Amino acid sequence: MIKTHKEAITGAQAAAYAMKQIEPDVVAAYPITPQTPIVEYFAKYVADGVVRTEMIPVESEHSAMSAVVGAAAAGARAMTATSANGLALMHEIVYIAASMRLPVVMPVVNRALSGPINIHCDHSDTMAERDSGWIQIFCEDSQEVYDLMIMAVRLAEHEQVRLPVMVNQDGFIISHGVEPVELLPDEVVKSFVGELKPLYPLLDIDHPVTYGPLDLYDYYFEHKRQQIEAMKNVFKVFPSITEEFYKLTGRRYNFVEPYRMDDAQYVMVALGSTNGTIKYVVDQLREEGRKVGLLKIWMFRPFPKAEVQRYLTGRKAVVVLDRSASFGAEAPLYEAIKSSLYEAAAKPLLGSFVYGLGGRDINPELVRFAFEKAMKHELVADQELYLGLRE
Amino acid sequence: MPLTMKKLAEVFTNKETGLTQGHRMCPGCGAPITVKLALMTAKALGYEPVIGFATGCMEVSSTIYPFTSWSVPYIHNAFENVAATISGVETAYRSLKKAGKIPADRKYAFFAFGGDGGTYDIGLQSLSGAVERGHKFIYILYDNEGYMNTGNQRSGSTPPGADTTTAPVGKKIPGKVQLKKNIVEIIAGHEYVYAATVTIGEPMDFMSKIEKALSFEGPSFIAALSPCVRYWRVPEDQTVDITKLAVQTKYWPLYEVDRGVYRITRKPTSFKPVSEFIKIQERFRLLLQRPDAEEIINEIQQYVDKRWDRLLALEAATKDKPIR
Repeated sequence: MIKTHKEAITGAQAAAYAMKQIEPDVVAAYPITPQTPIVEYFAKYVADGVVRTEMIPVESEHSAMSAVVGAAAAGARAMTATSANGLALMHEIVYIAASMRLPVVMPVVNRALSGPINIHCDHSDTMAERDSGWIQIFCEDSQEVYDLMIMAVRLAEHEQVRLPVMVNQDGFIISHGVEPVELLPDEVVKSFVGELKPLYPLLDIDHPVTYGPLDLYDYYFEHKRQQIEAMKNVFKVFPSITEEFYKLTGRRYNFVEPYRMDDAQYVMVALGSTNGTIKYVVDQLREEGRKVGLLKIWMFRPFPKAEVQRYLTGRKAVVVLDRSASFGAEAPLYEAIKSSLYEAAAKPLLGSFVYGLGGRDINPELVRFAFEKAMKHELVADQELYLGLRE
Repeated sequence: MPLTMKKLAEVFTNKETGLTQGHRMCPGCGAPITVKLALMTAKALGYEPVIGFATGCMEVSSTIYPFTSWSVPYIHNAFENVAATISGVETAYRSLKKAGKIPADRKYAFFAFGGDGGTYDIGLQSLSGAVERGHKFIYILYDNEGYMNTGNQRSGSTPPGADTTTAPVGKKIPGKVQLKKNIVEIIAGHEYVYAATVTIGEPMDFMSKIEKALSFEGPSFIAALSPCVRYWRVPEDQTVDITKLAVQTKYWPLYEVDRGVYRITRKPTSFKPVSEFIKIQERFRLLLQRPDAEEIINEIQQYVDKRWDRLLALEAATKDKPIR
């Protein structure tokens, strides 16, 4: 049995601790609230000689992602971390990292995108990258941040995937909230992630390669098709990684987490830390004899359509909670759920709630309100409703 | 191993410059000459170049998939970030070397190339950051004084009076009205840096500065005047000669700033008027047709004279006084 230990730490610390144990060759990062503590903790590991990582204290997030692309192409295991406007500043290079098939892992501490400027949690930052070609994982708490950071390395570097991964955690709520996290010994993490096997490293001077050529209408499309295929391979690869992790830790992960779903007729779907609040409300409603459940989405890209169909087909009603809006269209998670259920034999009643923008609080009463709407069959598939908003 | 003509000739005749034939740059373009002079110097001195390239003419013309003209490791990331990209490559090198994953007997040299758009303008922050952090790399600016890849738009390096599509010489406005940004001074202001100007018409001066940059334990910045025959509108066989004229007219003085110490590396015994440099280029044709042409040329003449005098004064004032 592996000797683990528990520590009361924040989500930011959990990410930094995982990075310490993964010990990447290069970390290039620029501080931004609420991601800052990740960079601070990691810089201290470097300053104390706890890790052999070379750190690049870049002058912007754009350069952070650019340097990470250079380092990863060179043949190094490279990481960065960011939030909100920082992710938006990286945007151009986020796409390039994916198209070069560089297995970069990046914790993203979710924060509302400007404008107006705001430092608190919502998912508008990461949702702006949902078509960038990155794998997107969402965490409910600090334990998941730690665990999924470690698994993300294996997923990113898998030869059938070779895609970058964002490990999302809710700004302040997870990143600055202290809770007990079970931590693995260094050597166990090191052996789990293994050594990076670089493909076509730039620093192999005896086998020179050209990265980033001009790719026009005669080849670009085929290269994009390969990215689509690599994303599909995540469905094959991820379960074997989570299974191995389960055997090591007893903690089971998947694309989605069904919570009290067996006989549930009214189901809520959400991303991130709000799932904790929803579980609390589900327990309360179950005690009252109501058949409610939760489908937590761990992986948003690639979107686990088959799992969603499997769990939601035939339910009476499904309420989708989105922590970001899509102006002029349906909210991102709702859109994905609704589209997944197009082929479903027995379609549930569907409803969309946008909540928590700019860090607006979400509490059990609001979650209960959304469940009650579903239980009263008051959902309208084409109507977007709002939780906790003054109108 | 010092740089010798014999070794250079060997590298050149064996086509070991890193940039092979088959690229699609215009005949007479200054950029490939700039690249070859830099890389053959590195090769002749026993270095293994690893190249980063900013988006631009040279990048699109040398790597049209599935072809590449590069026989050395090469990465293009985006327009504005070649310095940050190569800083990542160089850091990976240091990290992997420490881990024993890089052959210890090979001498790596990290080069970043960018045009004036990618250097003076959109890539300036990325370059400043990489120089400030002290990565050991050589940044080579191939300065053709405009966004020539996309058809001659104005950059921070375009000289006054040049006709570009975004600052055209019109009935009212005489083309670009601002002087060139002094990019060498901006980079030299980072203090712990070897910064220099070179040009393809003075290859020995060029190569000796590359040699110095290669041996410098820190960042180097080499600004190379590299004409665009297409939009300077000069004959293809004039590329090299026109850069010699740029030096003789004080338009492009050759000097270096080594950690704050200025040294002028070419001091012509007699100078030619800057109008000679301007009048042979068709990009100034519309300017020359204007009634205020002489006035504008006089302003440029006064500027290059003052800048030369200032360089002489800086050379005297900073002699043997490195700032770091």
